[in-house]
Amino acid sequence: MDFKKSDVEKMKDNSIDVAFINGGIRLSEHEEMVRLLRRKSKVVVAFGSCAHLGGIPGLANLYSTSELITYAFREAPTVVNPDGVTPTASYKAPEGELELPRILKYVKPLDDVIDVDYYIPGCAPTPNIIKKALDDILSGNLPPKGTVFGSSRALCDECELNKTKPEKILLKDLKRVHQVKLDLSKCYLAQGVLCLGPVTRGGCGALCIKGGMPCTGCFGPLDNVKDFGARALSFIASIIDYDDEKLAERIIEEYLPDPAGWFYRYSLPRSLVKGRYSGGGK
Amino acid sequence: MGERFEPRIVVFACNWCSYAGIDLAGVSRIKYPHNVRIVKVMCSGRVHPEMVLKALVDGADGVLITGCHPGDCHYISGNYKTMRRYLLLRKLLRQLGLEERVRLEWISASEGDRWAKVATDFVEHIRRLGPLRLKEVMSAE
Repeated sequence: MDFKKSDVEKMKDNSIDVAFINGGIRLSEHEEMVRLLRRKSKVVVAFGSCAHLGGIPGLANLYSTSELITYAFREAPTVVNPDGVTPTASYKAPEGELELPRILKYVKPLDDVIDVDYYIPGCAPTPNIIKKALDDILSGNLPPKGTVFGSSRALCDECELNKTKPEKILLKDLKRVHQVKLDLSKCYLAQGVLCLGPVTRGGCGALCIKGGMPCTGCFGPLDNVKDFGARALSFIASIIDYDDEKLAERIIEEYLPDPAGWFYRYSLPRSLVKGRYSGGGK
Repeated sequence: MGERFEPRIVVFACNWCSYAGIDLAGVSRIKYPHNVRIVKVMCSGRVHPEMVLKALVDGADGVLITGCHPGDCHYISGNYKTMRRYLLLRKLLRQLGLEERVRLEWISASEGDRWAKVATDFVEHIRRLGPLRLKEVMSAE
């Protein structure tokens, strides 16, 4: 909203103590807004998975802009658009030329555009993490720049079911959550349900697991891990217990039809590749 | 134009079979393309998917993972792990539009000639696909 923007523009640089910014960068307008906020703020905190890693909307990076627009405005089953109108960045109205924010080629996490001081992970961030971040910031007890609030250990470390996890997990049979009645007192991985707890940052208190759902990785990777999806993929491939290529391939086809969606659910824009390669070679 | 595109290929070769096989090609004076940059690892099971992606992002036009034939792993089961990781990684790479850029091949210590053939095939395959320029393409607006 323009009046808010001009209010912020009138403020002195560095006059906002802390800006919490949520959401990934999808439009040219987002870039403009976050650059403005960065200029006016002493501390910038990326709030939630989208700002931190790109988030679920980041999966749009698997498609080109024209594919996205064609689907959203013409092909989606709930769309009624007989004239086939699609949005454009500028439009000539009788009153003059109108401009809309431009859609960027890829969704980006916040720190691709501006310098970010801290990260609050989570989709959505859990109250305990938000409180911890606020307490630290208000008391002036600030952690080193770049800190991701949350645990520095994997989720399994704080999960109550960890004690029921066998020494070695090898799975012949994978299950998706809707195909099994989970025993809520036993490690989900041991029951054949793919849980990303072992590669995901802890700190959430294993809320999903307490609610009967495996971890899907919203807190993102641990420190020093560059690519969450590759980590998760590697770990899952290691526990699939088939030495026969055909059998391994069959179980992967059947239970992991969408590895990008599984392993990069929250983090595709913060991964090494960032999305679908769009180059045509020569 | 005019100048032939010379692909940059990163090869991960396991210490016990594939690297020895490549070495054999060398001492037997079997010709293979100079496009390969060979990285010796103790086991193909050590080749993390992250390493493959990083090679592509950092400028490789293709990545070739090589290991012992199934049943021959020095560490008993390392190459089975490689196989499963590769199957899953290949599926992911398909979604990322990079499937054609990565291959897994089994090369034993006695297969110098096979190495030369695999390397030549892969280099020619990547040459046909053209330069990847992954970082450049993915950071374009």
